[in-house]
Amino acid sequence: MSKFVQIFATRWGIIIVGALIGIFATLLQKWGNPANMGVCVACFERDMAGALGLHRAAVVQYMRPEIIGFVLGSLIAAYAFKEFRARAGSAPIVRFVLGAFAMIGALVFLGCPWRAALRLAGGDWNAIFGLLGLIGGIWVGTLFFKGGYNLGRSQTTHTSVGWLLPLTMLGFLVLMLVFPQVTGQDKSDVLFYSVKGPGSMHAPLFLSLVIGLIIGFLAQRSRFCTMGAIRDLVLFRQTHLLSGFVSLVVFAFLTNLALGQFHPGFANQPVAHTMALWNFGGMVLAGLAFALAGGCPGRQLFLAGEGDGDAAVFVLGMIVGAAFSHNFGLAGSPQGVGPHSIAAVITGLLVCLFIGFTMRQKTA
Amino acid sequence: MSAIVDATGLSCPQPVILTMNEIKKVGRGEITVLVDTVTSKENVSRAAIAQGWTLKSVEEEGETFRITITKS
Repeated sequence: MSKFVQIFATRWGIIIVGALIGIFATLLQKWGNPANMGVCVACFERDMAGALGLHRAAVVQYMRPEIIGFVLGSLIAAYAFKEFRARAGSAPIVRFVLGAFAMIGALVFLGCPWRAALRLAGGDWNAIFGLLGLIGGIWVGTLFFKGGYNLGRSQTTHTSVGWLLPLTMLGFLVLMLVFPQVTGQDKSDVLFYSVKGPGSMHAPLFLSLVIGLIIGFLAQRSRFCTMGAIRDLVLFRQTHLLSGFVSLVVFAFLTNLALGQFHPGFANQPVAHTMALWNFGGMVLAGLAFALAGGCPGRQLFLAGEGDGDAAVFVLGMIVGAAFSHNFGLAGSPQGVGPHSIAAVITGLLVCLFIGFTMRQKTA
Repeated sequence: MSAIVDATGLSCPQPVILTMNEIKKVGRGEITVLVDTVTSKENVSRAAIAQGWTLKSVEEEGETFRITITKS
């Protein structure tokens, strides 16, 4: 057992986990999830906000079981290996705001770092600008770290605090089982569903949930983080996490090739637009917000699963940010950026700069 | 007398940043780093080894890990 515990902390461990995420994500596309969106944390949390009616964009409403699985899989791994530790209290309001703006930026690009990788692996070259933006945003974040930016210490707290987000996810799953999708209907009692668009495209519930649980479990063990991959390279010249991220792209690409899902080009890519500057700009905002909050959206879910209440607040911030995105016309669409995307990106960057410049704390 | 870096309660990447700052400050000798998650324990150990330091010991005291690294 101890060897099994150790392997995922090694370089080979994280490469294996990245490969499995890449393969599972592209398979999920084959099995029904939207193209180049096998597992997109931002898109799927946005769909969950839609399922709950927090926004009413009819094409993106579905309670994604993958996200539920991520949190619960991480919870199971954390308990199995005695790593569950309830902690909270490191500037939660800041984490909420960072989560909201991370989502707003990601939805201008139309994807989180995970989807940027999956889009690239599917031949969507617009993702290159998104990834460059992500690197730029994280690079700015590392400058703040070097300048002493710090959100302060968390405190160990009641175990039940760490359970709140996992229980919320369990509640979402129960809602889904009690109010399943009715063919052709956009509502099943309290839950909203999409009858067309990306929200209507999904793999079977059980399959999505099981793959989510597996990824959540493995990612908790390996500490897989797409933001950390770039941050550690810039800040410490370390390539440990990066090897997992690269592995994800490579194996998603190979699986796409094998399944006939690789379609290179800029135009007419699924759920994507070609406005390079704002693909870049949206991800600068997202990358900076992820860096300041200490994790990519996937990592925040895994941290929340192992008891980190501050990461849980970031997740809730992302879900609320998705609601603002669609209610206020901030999100991009295949037609291009939304009516207020540009204003939202600039506002978000100013807020992140305010946070980065003013929150320096002596930790001694 | 080893330098002590208290990184308890701090989230990624702060424990590594504080450790690297201390490594730069003292150059050689012994540093004790206190962290309280397994992730931080792994990250700090990995970063120290990458800097040419040796992992002398990792002790678990309640919820805190006491990592001692040395360089002669």
